[in-house]
Amino acid sequence: MNGESTSTRGAVAPAAGPKGTGRGGRRLPTNPDGMIGIVAKILLLGFVDAIAAFALFQLAINGEWLVFAVSLIVTIGINWIYLRRGGLPAKYLAPGILFLLLFQVFAMVFSTYIAFTNYGDGHNSSKEDAIDSIQLSALERVPDSPQYAATVLDDGGELALLVTDPDGNVSVGTAEEPLEPVESAQLDSTGKAVGLDGYTTLAFGDILARQGEVADLVVPISDNLDDGTLQTQDGSTAYVFKPRLVYDEAADTFTDVSSGKVYTDSGEGTFQAEDGSTLGVGWKINVGFDNFVRAFTDQNLRGPLLSVILWTFAFAGISVAATFALGIFLAIAFNRADLKGKRIYRILMILPYAFPAFLSGLVWSGLMNAEFGFINNAILGGAYIPWLTDPVLSKISVLIVNIWLGYPYMFLVCTGALQSLPEDVEEAARIDGAGAWTIFRVIKLPLLLVSLAPLLISSFAFNFNNFNVIYMLTGGGPRFDDTNLDIGATDILITMVYKVAFGGAGRDYGLASALAIIIFIVVGVISAISFRKTKALEEIN
Amino acid sequence: MSTSQTSTRTPVEHIPQVKMSFGRWFKEKGWRHVVAIAATLFSIFPLVYVLSAALNPTGTMAGTTSLFTNVGLQNFVDLFSDPDRPFGKWLINTLVIGLTASAGTVFLGACAAYAFSRMRFAGRRFSLLALLLLQMFPQLLAVVALFLLLNYLGDIIPAIGLGTSLGLIMVYLGGALGVNTYLMYGFFNTVPQSLDESARIDGASHMQVFFRIILPLVTPILAVVGLLAFIGISSDFVIASVVLTDPDTQTLAVGLYSYVAQQRSENWGVFAAGAVLAAVPVMALFLYLQRYITSGLTSGSVKG
Repeated sequence: MNGESTSTRGAVAPAAGPKGTGRGGRRLPTNPDGMIGIVAKILLLGFVDAIAAFALFQLAINGEWLVFAVSLIVTIGINWIYLRRGGLPAKYLAPGILFLLLFQVFAMVFSTYIAFTNYGDGHNSSKEDAIDSIQLSALERVPDSPQYAATVLDDGGELALLVTDPDGNVSVGTAEEPLEPVESAQLDSTGKAVGLDGYTTLAFGDILARQGEVADLVVPISDNLDDGTLQTQDGSTAYVFKPRLVYDEAADTFTDVSSGKVYTDSGEGTFQAEDGSTLGVGWKINVGFDNFVRAFTDQNLRGPLLSVILWTFAFAGISVAATFALGIFLAIAFNRADLKGKRIYRILMILPYAFPAFLSGLVWSGLMNAEFGFINNAILGGAYIPWLTDPVLSKISVLIVNIWLGYPYMFLVCTGALQSLPEDVEEAARIDGAGAWTIFRVIKLPLLLVSLAPLLISSFAFNFNNFNVIYMLTGGGPRFDDTNLDIGATDILITMVYKVAFGGAGRDYGLASALAIIIFIVVGVISAISFRKTKALEEIN
Repeated sequence: MSTSQTSTRTPVEHIPQVKMSFGRWFKEKGWRHVVAIAATLFSIFPLVYVLSAALNPTGTMAGTTSLFTNVGLQNFVDLFSDPDRPFGKWLINTLVIGLTASAGTVFLGACAAYAFSRMRFAGRRFSLLALLLLQMFPQLLAVVALFLLLNYLGDIIPAIGLGTSLGLIMVYLGGALGVNTYLMYGFFNTVPQSLDESARIDGASHMQVFFRIILPLVTPILAVVGLLAFIGISSDFVIASVVLTDPDTQTLAVGLYSYVAQQRSENWGVFAAGAVLAAVPVMALFLYLQRYITSGLTSGSVKG
């Protein structure tokens, strides 16, 4: 303890006294490294603070006060850790732990939160955002409304619309700023306003060049969106557009002006009419255990999900058992020093382990392709065996590839464990007349299992989430018949999570996170078991 | 790991090996060769196949009935000349992201391991246990949350948002502690404390002890952790595919997948060429460091 506090002063002291020789010269000699260390520290801390200041500023602008407060506390904490004396362990641990907290611990907590919401396509943000977005998306031109003579202006990159109404009143507005009357506009001979001080008028050529921008320009007539907006297609005439759906703030409903249909808040994050139809844009709400309930009751989901869960366990279990069996068999076969060519065999054999895992799945998917694949075409002489498209065969194929990937690892660890077994036990057994098989079964295997149990458990946990093999080889297919979701016979939980969350149309983050929580629980149980088995606990001290 | 000498002391050695009948030879050694050859063939056959496909100028999967009948480098030429699928950029992106993130991983892990190995502080045991527990949960489980988190961060600081390499690197650094810290912690403990104590007495600061004394002595484990981190990061598909959407910023794992995702058969030759180029450096390094890696693995981790 004392040693650390003195050494901390070693780093800080030179900053306090220019030379550091004044006190404790023997303990704190002047050396350039100390100075470099200080300078590096100040620069790094300054760099971090600069980024933090920028982030805090941005957060304040966006009104994210909760995140602002947390970030501020973290920033102050970092400065406190590195500027104070002592507290050396924190100085070494802080960076790693900071990343760990944000991108692992917080990510897991956040996943759990998402699992209890309906977050996903159509439910992306708050209710206010959804209301704004519905109002803007349902604009249509008001029939027989007045025409405005329009001029498009540029205000430092942002477009503004200068309009003259049929009575000759001139006003200007942008996408953010509703129309404001102006007096000082330059008028042309017809009384149309064509320019305004402080703005650049877009010439015809400019309008053509920025046509998309001009067409997208929506200028509100007043603060209330229900009064309508002005839009121009050609840059010279603007028309009044009004939302087809009008929001009634007091009743919290949308009314379709043309059909009179009323959409009310359904309580499920959408506006719903009496006939059951809903508006496309919804918002994020907490749905409690709905995602979990849905996963296990929805006809479209329940069957496939149960199959996927069973297959995930089977896949991980069989993979570990088979690679271990193969690995130990090979380790025993190779466990002779006088085997010729042992080194060559060994290097060639462990090559799959060195081959990047994501490539293995892709390469094997080519080998096993039913139509063009090398296995069917060349080795089996043109047979058509649906290695990857038959529900049962695809499972076997996935296992074969995973065994190919995993057995070299098991071979390596079994070899290591086998060589560290005490020789005398085996000799004693042999003297007692035990055969090779009995020695293996009764003596070697139990001893190996004891020393390799933690590895087998972590191998199970790894294969439980072995995304790459499945996704690259079969993509989870062939698809189940009894569901319209993209889930198939070889999908394991993690590939299902990925597909539900990011698989093209209908992203459902809520459901995906709920599935991820099922994995959390399984992994948690596995690690609880492995904690009991490992000696790691005893080693920590 | 004990030496291989222990295993030679099987009774077979006591039997004179002068004249051995074939049956006897097969029973003692021959079957081992049969097994070894079978295992070797199983191991290398897909690798040989991909090499052959890479060199086959036909470029498609169809019609291949034998290996190495045509040999040419056309696939490699095509690989670097497709503007929609910029393999060269993927290679560079993978190297930049992989090297930065694995260097960061090594550094953060080494700092943490130094603290755990050399200092005693409140919460040390708890932190070690928490790390042991957390490393059981791979980051890809929280991929949805990571995606939304980066999406949010991108609104605050665009440089680390979705679609940026920097954001992806930061996500990977979130997994820097964990397995790696454990591997290093064990290795750091094997460096005698008396070394840093004597350096301290000579006036070295804790940083000098760390950088000048400890780190040089633990280089092997730094290399192993770096390589394992690099392999893990460069073969990550899940998080990379979610974060990087623009082909120009993608990594090899995401890019090469896109090569064969739609038309597996047509692009096969070019894909194979890319696979060979992507795999050879990693495999070479792996085999070079094999001894260290295996000993690291046996002490309790799995390829990730």
